[in-house]
Amino acid sequence: MLDQNAFDMRKYISRNPQSVAVWIALFVLIVFGLLRYDNFGSAYNITSFLNYNAMFIAISVGMCFVILTGGIDLSVGSVAAFTSVIAAYLSPYGIEVALPLAVLSGVGFGLFNAVCIVFGRIPPFIATLATMLGAKGGSLVISGAQTISVDWGSNFTQLGMEKAMGIVPWTIVLVGILVVCLWVVLEMTSLGRTILAVGGGEDASVMMGLKVNRAKIFAYALSGGCAGLAGVFLASGFGAGQPLEGVGWELSAIASVVVGGTLLTGGLGSIPATVAGALLLGLVFNILNFENGKGWISFSAYWQMVIRGAFLFAVILFQTRVMNRQSGVEFAK
Amino acid sequence: MTSLTSEHTMRTGVATKLKSHGGLIALGLILVFNIIVTPNFLHTQTLAVNISQVATIAIVAMGMTLVIATGGIDLSVGAVMALSGALAPLIFMSEFGQAYPVLGLIGALFFPLVAALLCGLFNGVIVAVLRVQPIIATLILFISGRGIAQVLTNGNLQTFSYPEFSYLGTGKILGFPFQGWLALAIACFLFWVVNRTVFGRYLLAIGGNERAAKLAGGPVRRVKIGAYVICSILSGLAGLIVVAINSASDAARNGNLMELDAIAAAVVGGALLQGGKAPIFGAILGAVIIQLVKYTLLANGVEDEVALIAKAAIILAAVYIQQARKE
Repeated sequence: MLDQNAFDMRKYISRNPQSVAVWIALFVLIVFGLLRYDNFGSAYNITSFLNYNAMFIAISVGMCFVILTGGIDLSVGSVAAFTSVIAAYLSPYGIEVALPLAVLSGVGFGLFNAVCIVFGRIPPFIATLATMLGAKGGSLVISGAQTISVDWGSNFTQLGMEKAMGIVPWTIVLVGILVVCLWVVLEMTSLGRTILAVGGGEDASVMMGLKVNRAKIFAYALSGGCAGLAGVFLASGFGAGQPLEGVGWELSAIASVVVGGTLLTGGLGSIPATVAGALLLGLVFNILNFENGKGWISFSAYWQMVIRGAFLFAVILFQTRVMNRQSGVEFAK
Repeated sequence: MTSLTSEHTMRTGVATKLKSHGGLIALGLILVFNIIVTPNFLHTQTLAVNISQVATIAIVAMGMTLVIATGGIDLSVGAVMALSGALAPLIFMSEFGQAYPVLGLIGALFFPLVAALLCGLFNGVIVAVLRVQPIIATLILFISGRGIAQVLTNGNLQTFSYPEFSYLGTGKILGFPFQGWLALAIACFLFWVVNRTVFGRYLLAIGGNERAAKLAGGPVRRVKIGAYVICSILSGLAGLIVVAINSASDAARNGNLMELDAIAAAVVGGALLQGGKAPIFGAILGAVIIQLVKYTLLANGVEDEVALIAKAAIILAAVYIQQARKE
C-alpha cells in the first residue's frame, strides 16, 4: 500500500487538521525566540537543545504508535530508568553491546505489556501502570537504589556527548533515523495502515481480517524499545544509569502526542507532528531559560510545569473546536 | 450425568465466590500471614500506625471510585493534594492568620478545599462539557497543579508548629487516629449518596450506559462534574491531612504518585474501569490491602523497591480477575 501523495502538503493538512496547531505554535515560538534572544539560533543552543530532547522525542514517537491503536503506555518513564541502569552496567563492553541489549530489555517490557493487554485482556491503562511500578521496582533493585556510573574508558559516552563528524550529536542522528523509519512504517506499510485501522475501530478491523493482535503487539514492543533507547541516551548523556529518573516522562510523552494532534481514541495522528509536539514542550523550557537570562523577570523552574499544562489546555481547546467542526470524526466519545 | 452437572455448578459456585470476594479473601490471607510471621503485629500501635497511613489513600480512593463509576479517571488527585497542602500553611502563617488565629485556622481549612473544588470543577467541565477524554483532561492539572503549588511556596518546605491544625493528622478519638474516623464518616456518607440519592443513581447509570442515561433525561453533565468535584475536594482534604501529619508542607512530595495508589485501591476494591459500579467500602478495602502489603513487606525487612513490584502484581491480579468475571 504505497501512498503516492504522502508528502503532499495540502493533503497532509486535510488529513491531519488537528496537527496544524502544533506547527503554527512551534513556528511562532521559534520566531519569537529568534527575534528576542541573541544566542537562541546559535549552533550551541540548537544542538544542546536537540541533544537533551532526543530522549523525549524517542519515547513520544513510540507512545504515538500505542495511542494510535487506542491504547496508552504509562510504563515508558520507568522502563527508560531501568534500561539506563542496564546500559550503565553494560557500558564497559562498549556502545555496540550496551545499546542493543538495553533496547532489547525495553522491548521485553513492551512485550510483557502486550501480552497482558492482548491475551490477558487487561485494559492498557492498568497493564502499563503495573509495568510502570514493576520496572521502577526492578531498576531500584538491580541498582541498589544508587546511580550507576558508566565506564568512561569505553566508547559508551560518545553517543550522548559527541557529534557525528563534529556537527550533529549522535543522539540526533539516531533519533532522526528512528523518526523517519517510523514515519515510513506508519504511512506506507500495511502494518502502519493496520495500526491506524485498529485505532479507528477495533471490532471492524477484526472483522475485516486485519492482524489486529500483531499490530498491537508491535506498538507496545516498539514503545518499550523507544523507552529503552531513551534510557541509553540518558545513561550516555549524563554518564550514569539513573534508577530514579523517568518520573512523569510518560505524561510528557502523552502530552507531546496530544499536542501533536494525535487523537487519544486512536486512528488519527502523525509522527512528524508528534516530534513537533515534543519540541514545542521542550522549547517552552528553553525559552523560559533565555527569558530568565535577560533578567527582566525571574520565572522559577516551577513555572515550567504550569506553562506546559497551560499549553496542553490551549491545544486541547483548539483540538476540540477543530474536531467538532469536522463531521464524521468524533473526538473524545 | 447429574453428578457431573452438580459438580460443575459447585465448581463454578466456588469460582464465583472466589472472584466476588477476592478482596476479602486476600485481606484474610494477608492478616493470617502477618499474625504468624510479623513480630508485634497484633498490637494496638500497629493498628494505629496503619490506620493513620491508610486514611489518606482511602479518602482519595473513595473520590476516585466515584469518578471511575462514571467511566472516567482522575490523574490530578496528587497535584490537588499538593496544592491544598501548600495553601493551608500559607494562610495560617500569614500576618492575618497570626493576628486572628481562629479565623486563620478556619481559613486554612476552608480555602484549600475551595481551591480543590475549583480544580474539580475545571476537570469536570473539560470532561463533561468539552467532552475531552478524562485521562487528558486531568493530565492538565496533573502537570500544572503541582507546579502552581511550588510557585506559591517558591519550592520551599514550609514547616510549622500548630497543634490545632495538626490535630487533623495526629489527633486521636477513642485511641484511634482522627483521620481514620474521618475516612469512615466520609465512607458512610458517600455510601448513602451512591445508594440512596438521585445523584448516586445517575452516577451509576452514566457509567453503565451514558447515552441511555442522557436519553432518559438524566443530568449527565452535572452528575459527571459532581463526581470530579467530590473527588477533588476529598483529595484536597487528604492533602491537608498529610501536611498535618508531618507538621510540614512539601509541595514536591505531598501526594506524589497518589493517583496510582488511589486507582489501584479503587480497582482492587471492585470498581470497574468501564464505569457503572461504585463500591465505596470496596475502595477502603482496596486501600487497606495496599497499605497492609506495603506494611507487611517493610515490617519483614523487604526493600521498599520490592514492595512496588508487589503492588504491580496486586493490581494486575485484581483486574485480571475482574475481566474474567465479566466474561
